[in-house]
Amino acid sequence: MKKAIITVVGKDTVGIIARVCTYLAKNRCNILDISQTITGGYFNMMMIVDYSGSANHFSDMQEDLNGLGGEIGVEIHVQREEIFEKMHRI
Amino acid sequence: MINITEVLETNKMIERENFDVRTITMGISLLDCVDSDLHALCGKVRTKILSRARDLVATGDEIGADYGVPIVNKRISVTPIALIGGSACTKSSDYVEIARTLDECAKQVGVNFIGGYSALVSEGMTKADELLIRSIPEALSVTERVCSSINLASTKQGIDMDAVRLMGQMIRELAGRTADEDGLGCAKLVVFCNAPDDNPFMAGAFHGVSMPDTVINVGVSGPGVVKAAVEECRGSSFEVLCETIKKTAFKITRVGQLVAQEAARRLGYPFGIVDLSLAPTPAVGDSVADILKEIGLEQPGAPGTTAALALLNDQVKKGGLMASSYVGGLSGAFIPVSEDQGMIDAVKAGALTIEKLEAMTCVCSVGLDMIAVPGDTSAATLSGIIADEMALGMINQKTTAVRLIPSPGKKVGDMVTFGGLLGYAPVMPVNSFDCSRFVERTGRIPAPVHSFRN
Repeated sequence: MKKAIITVVGKDTVGIIARVCTYLAKNRCNILDISQTITGGYFNMMMIVDYSGSANHFSDMQEDLNGLGGEIGVEIHVQREEIFEKMHRI
Repeated sequence: MINITEVLETNKMIERENFDVRTITMGISLLDCVDSDLHALCGKVRTKILSRARDLVATGDEIGADYGVPIVNKRISVTPIALIGGSACTKSSDYVEIARTLDECAKQVGVNFIGGYSALVSEGMTKADELLIRSIPEALSVTERVCSSINLASTKQGIDMDAVRLMGQMIRELAGRTADEDGLGCAKLVVFCNAPDDNPFMAGAFHGVSMPDTVINVGVSGPGVVKAAVEECRGSSFEVLCETIKKTAFKITRVGQLVAQEAARRLGYPFGIVDLSLAPTPAVGDSVADILKEIGLEQPGAPGTTAALALLNDQVKKGGLMASSYVGGLSGAFIPVSEDQGMIDAVKAGALTIEKLEAMTCVCSVGLDMIAVPGDTSAATLSGIIADEMALGMINQKTTAVRLIPSPGKKVGDMVTFGGLLGYAPVMPVNSFDCSRFVERTGRIPAPVHSFRN
């Protein structure tokens, strides 16, 4: 399993999760966990996805989602999961 | 599984608190490039560096993008060049040729600095060492990316005062040769006591002779992250403060460990060490001085500064040591003046003097770093300051260093600008009483006794 963390930060609007999920489904990325909070009108979402089924290169996925974020008007970042695992788990 | 709070915490460190991996430094041994023919030697050096470091920059950028953490610098350290050039160089200008080769290699592979234009002379200079030292003013003024370091002293061998005297002269000469850039050349030159073999940070990086052929060392940083964490425990006890710093250092260093392992794997060379240093930059919020202020000082330099710094340095080490399988290098808090906005402000406010900085170097990583002094500071005075700092390192069994910039034509209070990560600095006053009769004595100061420690 290859895990990535997708974070979406920006102004809340209709369909953010739907559009990100559509992209992920098309690219055969399996969503393992989703959580979100809204603080001060700002939408914070985190997804853990397994991208081992994706034919895309990791950097392409980063670029695509970054572009999608631009369209929706939010910031989307994709990072490999190990950085969080290393920092927060012994 | 990782939760949203943890993800947001990590990304806040990166986005708002200037957390980064400061450098991936590839150490390359040049011992197998030794040749008695200078031209052949330079050819072998070029071939080896270009083949080993070919993918260094691209790999570093790739890792940075994958994890979403900036990897600011990609650098190279090589075997001390005095050892490599010994049989090929008969005059100082021969060593300059090697420096030019290193500079070309650095530019070709795209690293911003290459360290190791060095000599280790704590118990005396060989002919080769002396030729290299005398070549430094020319070598660092005709090259752009080459960094030089000289180890002048050690706890077990004492201080080579002949080399200390010579370095005072070389620093002055180098400043003169780079006068149009405020003596920038001196920012690429550092002298050490007890220099570590595996330091990934410039200007003092070199690849020690005890190291394997090629190795990946990583330096992490994050003063902004520590400062933000310390802000959260304003008014708390020392216990809470220390625990907070320790935990933060642990988190920062874990990322360094990840990057180091990943870089080693992708490049196919062994992982050496993680250097868990708090290395400031001139960027706002990336300051060690700001942490000291947050701990409770109006300005660095105020009474209590040495204690606060000692505490900070020790907690950073304690937190970081458990986070990495191999810790090395300088590991601790750096206190360069020109590279830290808070330090610059403290000097401007009149809170911080060289003498106080000297005391601070007794309890933290490295030494008198990136300090601009008046352009008319004599070579003897520079040597005197170096000798003092070497003595601190020698007696206290720690690494100390000096990187002073006597900026030509500048007086106390003038500003000196180096640009980029090297920053800018107000010229600080130095004690003007004469020490030349002391510095002119020849020979070395013997190694100290290791018992009766009081």
